[in-house]
Amino acid sequence: MPELLRKVNIQQPMQAIWTLFKKDLLLEIRQQYSFYGILLYALSTLFVLYLSMDAPEPRVWNGLFWMIQLFICTNAVAKGFLQESRGRWLYYFTLAHPITIVLAKLLFNTILMGLMSLISLVLFRLFLGAPFLDPIRFFGIVLLGGISLSLVFSFLAAIAAKAQQNAAILAILGFPLILPQLILLQQISTTQFTDHSAFDLIPVALLIGLDALVVILSTILFPFIWKE
Amino acid sequence: MSQAPRYMHRHWWKISGIILLAYTIIAGLLGPVPKLPLLQETIRNLYFHVCMWFGMMILFTVSVVQAILYLRKMDRRHDLASRHFAGVGMLYGLLGYATGALWAAYTWADPNIPFAESFSTIARDPKLIGAAISLLVYFAYLVLRDSIPDIDRRARISAVYNIFAYVILFPAIWILPRVLESLHPGQDGNPALDVKNDISSGMRIVFYPAVIGWTLLGVWIATLRIRTELLKEKQYNP
Repeated sequence: MPELLRKVNIQQPMQAIWTLFKKDLLLEIRQQYSFYGILLYALSTLFVLYLSMDAPEPRVWNGLFWMIQLFICTNAVAKGFLQESRGRWLYYFTLAHPITIVLAKLLFNTILMGLMSLISLVLFRLFLGAPFLDPIRFFGIVLLGGISLSLVFSFLAAIAAKAQQNAAILAILGFPLILPQLILLQQISTTQFTDHSAFDLIPVALLIGLDALVVILSTILFPFIWKE
Repeated sequence: MSQAPRYMHRHWWKISGIILLAYTIIAGLLGPVPKLPLLQETIRNLYFHVCMWFGMMILFTVSVVQAILYLRKMDRRHDLASRHFAGVGMLYGLLGYATGALWAAYTWADPNIPFAESFSTIARDPKLIGAAISLLVYFAYLVLRDSIPDIDRRARISAVYNIFAYVILFPAIWILPRVLESLHPGQDGNPALDVKNDISSGMRIVFYPAVIGWTLLGVWIATLRIRTELLKEKQYNP
C-alpha cells in the first residue's frame, strides 16, 4: 500500500485520482467481505420480499425496486468514508489534494453502485418478474439511477464520517435530499412499463444535470470538511 | 466575545414590521376580495399561507448566505446566524404547511370528509412534496448539528451540509412541479403562484406588504435568538 501511494503526485491530478481509485479497488479486492456483504444484503432483502408477496403490480414493483436501491446504496457507499481511520486520512492528505481524494471516492462509489444496481435488477427480474418492456433501455435507466444515488450519498457519507457518526445519520441526512432524484427516476421508469416507444428526455436530462451539480458541489465543499 | 451586528439593535425595521403586520391583519380580514367559486372567503388565507412560504424561502436563503460567510471568514457569529435563521425558516415552513393543508381540506377535498381522511391524498401534491422535503432536510440539519460536540467542527460541517442541501433542494423544488401533476396554483413549473396573474390588484396591495411584514417578523425572532446566544456566551466566557 505505501509503495502505491508514494506515487501520488499533486502536480498530476488525473494520475492522483487514478492511483487513489486503484487503492480503493485493491482494498475492496483484499477485503471482499464488504462487497459480498452488500450482495448478501440485497439478496436476502429481495428474498424476504419474494416470500411476502408474489408477482407485484408494476407500480408496486417500481416502488419496491427503487426503495431497495436506496437501502443498498446507503450500505454500499457508507463504508467508503466510514471505514478509514482518522490517522489514515491525515496520511492521505499529506499525499494528495482533497479534490483528487473526493473525485477518486466518487468514481469508485459510482462504479460500485452501478454494479450493485445491475445485479439487483437481475435478481428482481428473476424473483419478482419484469414489468418493463425494453430490457436494454431499463438497464440504462437503472445504471443512471445507481450513479445518481451513489453521488449524493458519497458526499453525505463524508459529512457523516466527519460527524463521527454511524450509518444511521447517513440515512437521516440522505433520504430527504435524494427524494427529488427518486421521484424523477420513478417517473422515468413507469413510462417504460406501458409504452414501448415512450422515452421522455427531459427528466433524464434533469437527472444528469443534478448529478453534475452534486459533483461540482462536492469538489467545492469537500476541502472544508476535511480541514482540521 | 463578539458583539451582535449593529442592525440587530435598530428599532425602525421592527416598528415597520409591526405596522405592516397590523395592516395585513386588518386589511386582510376586512378588505375586498373577489368571491371566486370554490375559494370564496378562504382566499384571505393567501395573506398568511403564501407569506409563510415566501418568508421561509427568504430566511433559508439568508441562512445559506451566512453559512457561506462562515466558511469564508470562520466567524462564529455567522454560524449562529445560519442556525437561527434556518430555525425560524422551519417554523415558517411548518406554519405554511399547516395553513396550506387546512386550506386544501376545504377547497381541493370535500369539506364533509374528515381532514384526517383526505390528508393522504392532498399530501401527494408536488408542491406539498417539495414543502415536506425541505422541512425534512432542515430537520436533518438540526440533528446533524446536535450530533457534533466540538463547536468549530459543528459549525463547519453543518455549514457545508446547509449549502449542499440548499443547492440540491431548490432546483428540485422548481423541477418537481414540471414533471408531476398538481392542483396548486402556479402551474407550468412555478413553485408557488404567479403573483402578477393569479392575484387581483386589490389583493396585491395587501399581499406585498404582508410578505415584507412577515419576513421582518421572522428576522426579528432570529436576531433575538442570536443575541441571546451571544449573551450566554459572554456570561460563560467573560
